[in-house]
Amino acid sequence: MPTPAVGGERLPVVAARSVSKSFTVPEEQVHTLKERALHPRRRIRHNTYRALNDISFAVQSGEFFGIAGRNGSGKSTLLKCLAGIYQAEGDIWVRGRLSTFIELGVGFNPDLAARDNVVMNGIMLGLTPREARKRFDSVIEFAELEEFKDLKLKNYSSGMHVRLAFSVAIQVDADILMIDEVLAVGDAAFQQKCFDVFNDLRDRGRTIIFVTHDMAALQRFCHRALLLERGTPVYLGDPHEVSDRYLELNFGREAEAKPAADGAGGGDQHVGDGQARVAEVWVEDEAGERLSSVPQHARVTLNARVEFAVDAEDPMASVNVINDERDVVLVATTAVENERSGHFSYGEEVVFSFTFDNVLKPGRYTPQFVLAHRGLGLDVIDRSEGESSFVVTGSGALGGLVDLPVKSAVSRVPSRGPGRVGA
Amino acid sequence: MSVEAPPQTGALGSRIDYEGLGRPITGPGALTGDWRRFWHLTFNIALVQWKLRFFGSALGYLWQLVRPLLLFLVLYVFFTKVAKVGASRGPEYHDYGAQLLASIVLFTFFGEATTAAVRSVVDNEALVRKIQFPRLAIPLSVVLLALFNLCLNLIVVLIFALGAGVRPMLTWLEVPLIIALLIVLSTGIAMLISALFVYLRDVQPIWEVVSQVIFYASPIIIPIAAVQKHLSPTVFHIYMLNPLAVIFQQFRHAFINPATPSAGTLIGTVPAIVEPVAIVCAIFALGFWVFNRIAPRVAEDL
Repeated sequence: MPTPAVGGERLPVVAARSVSKSFTVPEEQVHTLKERALHPRRRIRHNTYRALNDISFAVQSGEFFGIAGRNGSGKSTLLKCLAGIYQAEGDIWVRGRLSTFIELGVGFNPDLAARDNVVMNGIMLGLTPREARKRFDSVIEFAELEEFKDLKLKNYSSGMHVRLAFSVAIQVDADILMIDEVLAVGDAAFQQKCFDVFNDLRDRGRTIIFVTHDMAALQRFCHRALLLERGTPVYLGDPHEVSDRYLELNFGREAEAKPAADGAGGGDQHVGDGQARVAEVWVEDEAGERLSSVPQHARVTLNARVEFAVDAEDPMASVNVINDERDVVLVATTAVENERSGHFSYGEEVVFSFTFDNVLKPGRYTPQFVLAHRGLGLDVIDRSEGESSFVVTGSGALGGLVDLPVKSAVSRVPSRGPGRVGA
Repeated sequence: MSVEAPPQTGALGSRIDYEGLGRPITGPGALTGDWRRFWHLTFNIALVQWKLRFFGSALGYLWQLVRPLLLFLVLYVFFTKVAKVGASRGPEYHDYGAQLLASIVLFTFFGEATTAAVRSVVDNEALVRKIQFPRLAIPLSVVLLALFNLCLNLIVVLIFALGAGVRPMLTWLEVPLIIALLIVLSTGIAMLISALFVYLRDVQPIWEVVSQVIFYASPIIIPIAAVQKHLSPTVFHIYMLNPLAVIFQQFRHAFINPATPSAGTLIGTVPAIVEPVAIVCAIFALGFWVFNRIAPRVAEDL
């Protein structure tokens, strides 16, 4: 045997090998003996629905591992398989004491006071009754519910309820925690507390598997993440990359589907006098490659190809970039740099380009091109109506509409007189 | 979908070495997990329910007692004063009151444990779907809750029996064994019907009817001597295959009145008592087998 101590350290604490999960859903529910007796010969057809497909991964001790995916991608099913709630095909290893939070406050009973509920919930999560009772005070303290500890749970507000449940959950010191989207609870102050706890858990080297579709939380906490789509693993690795791909999955598909749908509806969307036509709008990167998704902080170019039907003198092109909330977030025009764009003759094709540093926040954007006669831009020749859209993917976006380069600084104000003693 | 992999990790991570990981987890089951947790869960679920019942209402435990006592009073008054089944007819009837109460209390345990078990797994859907634990904890906690009540009710039986002139005797040592047999039987049925109910919802009304039949097919109202008088030996033998008949009669023999024949004597040969005991074991084994089969899938089938 080669040194087991060293080898043991490198072994993953949670591992999955070719894990698949299918659900059989009967086409009709037969729930009584009577129905079976009346139609003994009838065979009930079952539909098999494959929720997870050949998933393999390994989580090392001390790792904060994310599982991301859209609704219905199978991420919660995977968690339930790992937690031993569902039976899965393939092999799963869980080495260490495990605690699962699929839902907060499992086993809470509204007719019992906080104490009984905390003890019961603690036992459910894997504590012994003695441990659970011992931790009651710290649970109540963390939940900030000291005044209400003898109140029956039915008299708690929903916020208090959630706080109590979360406090029990984090008092359970398992080696491995599996958490299913429980971060979005409580008010802002309590949420901050939860974040602190998560950071603390991470620093203490607990292994945490965290299911979410909140990309900000994913990037904030996870060392690595797995992205699922329709039960199939798409990507495993850097959470920022996972987050980008997640946004791509979410918006990319819609963006691709759109032109096809519009094409069938007849091309009579164009307004203007028709002396020229915006034939095509696209986004490309610095290398000139066309993109449907654009990373934040990359240099991107919006292009419009225009076909002239008659000769035109100094037309002006402008672009409005519109976000999902229908706000115009960016306006640019050729008229600013050069009012006299030149003479274009019949049949000529021209590409107008606008290049900028992409500071937009992640999301979907639609560029709208307007070609107008020289002047105020009101005399429209042609306008594109948002046939094409693009997605901005971003890592570490803080939430502002735009993410401009900002320099921040912290400086100490020199204290006057005897004041606080700096540590 | 074309995935450009970053150089080191690859699109789906590096190769994983599964060597030395030991045995994979087995998934959910009737008994998966460690025994301590199993017991803590079973006990505390039962305890919480018990507390809720007792501290939820002003009279608490009294309500728990009123039902069997009322049934006892009605039956006692009717069968001793009106129908004159009990009391005066001979020596085998002189313990009628104590026997009636004891049997009713024992049957109350059986009825509580099984009827409450039917819906238990389905009603605890939230637990089953949200946490991993040995699934058997649910029906077992129902039986345990009924057992708490039985213990309290047996105190009443004891007081009544002492009042009726019963004096402590050596055969009382048999009582735990008899109760144990009753628990095994109730647990077996609880496991069976709680599992079946997940897939067949008419198990509930069926079981209500069946337990009524069992009530009348057991020596509760009509003392066993009277039953024996009216049945042919073969039919009486079948009657004595009912484990409850054996349990009630043996309890009466051991606890209240040693003058009544023991279950073994009634069946005829002592080895024949193996039959009802074997039935109890078979019911338990069947119940466990069925429950164990549905346990891995119950979380998704609810």
